[in-house]
Amino acid sequence: MAMKLNPNKNVPELAGTETSGQMVVPFEKEETYLHMIMRRFLKHRLACVGVVVFLLILLIALLAPVISPQDPAKIFNEFEAAPSAAHWLGTDPVGRDVMSRLIFGAQVSITVGIGAVAIYVAIGIVLGLVAGYFGGWIDMLIMRLTDVFMSFPYFMVILVLVSIIGPSLFNITLVIGLLGWPAIARLVRGSVLSIKEMDYVKAGVALGYSTPKILFQHILPNALAPILVNATFGVASAIIMEASLSFLGMGVRPPAASWGNMLTQAESITVLSSQPWLWIPPGLMILLAVLSVNFIGDGLRDAIESQNAK
Amino acid sequence: MNMPLDQVKPLLQVKHLKKYYPIKKGVISKTVGYVKAVDDVSFDIYPGETMGIVGESGCGKSTTGRSLVRLEDPTAGQIIFQGKDLANISHKEMRKLRTDLQIIFQDPYSSLNPRKRIGDLLAEPLLAHKLATKEEADKKVNEIMEIVGLPKQYKNRYPHQFSGGQRQRIGIARALMLRPKLIICDEPVSALDVSIQAQVLNLLKDLQKSLNLTYVFIAHGLGAVKYISDRITVMYLGKVMELATTRDIFENPKHPYTEILLNAYPIPNPHERNRNQMVIEGDVPSPANPPKGCVFHTRCPFAKDICREKAPELTGKAHLVACHFPIDERNA
Repeated sequence: MAMKLNPNKNVPELAGTETSGQMVVPFEKEETYLHMIMRRFLKHRLACVGVVVFLLILLIALLAPVISPQDPAKIFNEFEAAPSAAHWLGTDPVGRDVMSRLIFGAQVSITVGIGAVAIYVAIGIVLGLVAGYFGGWIDMLIMRLTDVFMSFPYFMVILVLVSIIGPSLFNITLVIGLLGWPAIARLVRGSVLSIKEMDYVKAGVALGYSTPKILFQHILPNALAPILVNATFGVASAIIMEASLSFLGMGVRPPAASWGNMLTQAESITVLSSQPWLWIPPGLMILLAVLSVNFIGDGLRDAIESQNAK
Repeated sequence: MNMPLDQVKPLLQVKHLKKYYPIKKGVISKTVGYVKAVDDVSFDIYPGETMGIVGESGCGKSTTGRSLVRLEDPTAGQIIFQGKDLANISHKEMRKLRTDLQIIFQDPYSSLNPRKRIGDLLAEPLLAHKLATKEEADKKVNEIMEIVGLPKQYKNRYPHQFSGGQRQRIGIARALMLRPKLIICDEPVSALDVSIQAQVLNLLKDLQKSLNLTYVFIAHGLGAVKYISDRITVMYLGKVMELATTRDIFENPKHPYTEILLNAYPIPNPHERNRNQMVIEGDVPSPANPPKGCVFHTRCPFAKDICREKAPELTGKAHLVACHFPIDERNA
């Protein structure tokens, strides 16, 4: 660039004339946006506990084959045995080790929770960005489609779909993923509508950036905060959804283990009253997983959405 | 700008530019009328000059400016730039021409993406148009930051770490990255402190000299426009009222609106404050329902019958005015 502006004449003078109140306070270390979010997040005690618990569950899921004392599908001779040294959490009515099933159940919950949310966040972001940015009939079409999807009784549709395509871990993840996007799409569209009027988006257009670049590099990063919070809560509800489906026999089917299908045994009064090792542990795990994720969501929301609180 | 205008080829020509926004009502969004934000505006911009556009809020000056860079799609009219009609070319063709046409925004707080570091923000235009490699772009970012008076160590900072004046410099630097010929300055100093305003105006002036830039300078403050412009277009309710050199506009205004606008400008000298002033009354009529005839007749102290019936044409050679009774002739 052949710009000759005699910088010696201008620069010191210009830089020096800014009054001290307007000078940028020099930081020892530049704090990035991420650092700031992290710092605020870490102040949220429950969220930190949530992260620890969730990481533990994640670790259990990843290391299930290693840490599980038994094969979760292996049938032993003792049925409905109370907890003992051989079976820490006893055995179920078929004679399988409850502890091992609990550990492998974590895999199911994590897969559904994260998998389904990843699918629907991706769909929701793309549809929301397109609807909000282009407007007009595209927006109309996508938003009416969203309305249609939102007016379904969510649980019933999932139940019906799963029973048609067959209950399996992959199928429930897919179905929850394909049905969950409307909330995200609306959220994204709303943010896009306000962000696209910002001058920095207009500047991007004036600078001749491609539309995908504007959408994904300029608009999306500024719309990400509420999406992230929403997705976190989504993980919790997907975990509950899987547990409910499995409980009804429409999710993960025995002999594969899931916290939901383990709870099925609690249908009987005998089990409820006299064999608590069959239902308290899976119930507790679901509770822990959902609570930890929700606390993380709370912490994220507080860290991200309060712009001014330092 | 010493050559007579008729001997220079215009850099950009605006011909009968119109921008109407439909007013929609009801469940089926029926169009019930139009807001005539810009209504038949024509002017030429010559290379190296600064064309100021002034007028009250809502007079269509910003819409005109944004139409020039196709941030608004004009309803009708032509914008001729380098042999092409910007108002009617495809977005793809427009993207290629965007390297020559840039815009500086009014609000330095919303014109920079808060998630991007300044260095990336400035390098982005070059990289997006594949005009430079990463290393080259980085070098050019250093150069430009020096030119607009920002230490290059600030490259890794985010926009929120800068003051308004500094942000506006970054906005100017970004517009300069593609080495444009024409820059639309959309009220670039209105959001800044007075002391910072002068710095930014001086920077713009210096840049114009050294980089051979042409500006369209939009503002509602007459001071800034007077300081930087070679010629001034006065707009009212989407129409051009008067177009002349800065000197003529300030010393010899022909349109009553221009005169009133000049009178509305505060006088720094307290001893001259009690001079006889023409004060404008009433509000700007709605652009959705502009008055018949001359759009200014509802507030014009000299309005006659013909003003209420027939809209005056913009006439004149170097000093154009749209008025049935321009000031010279009225006095004569």
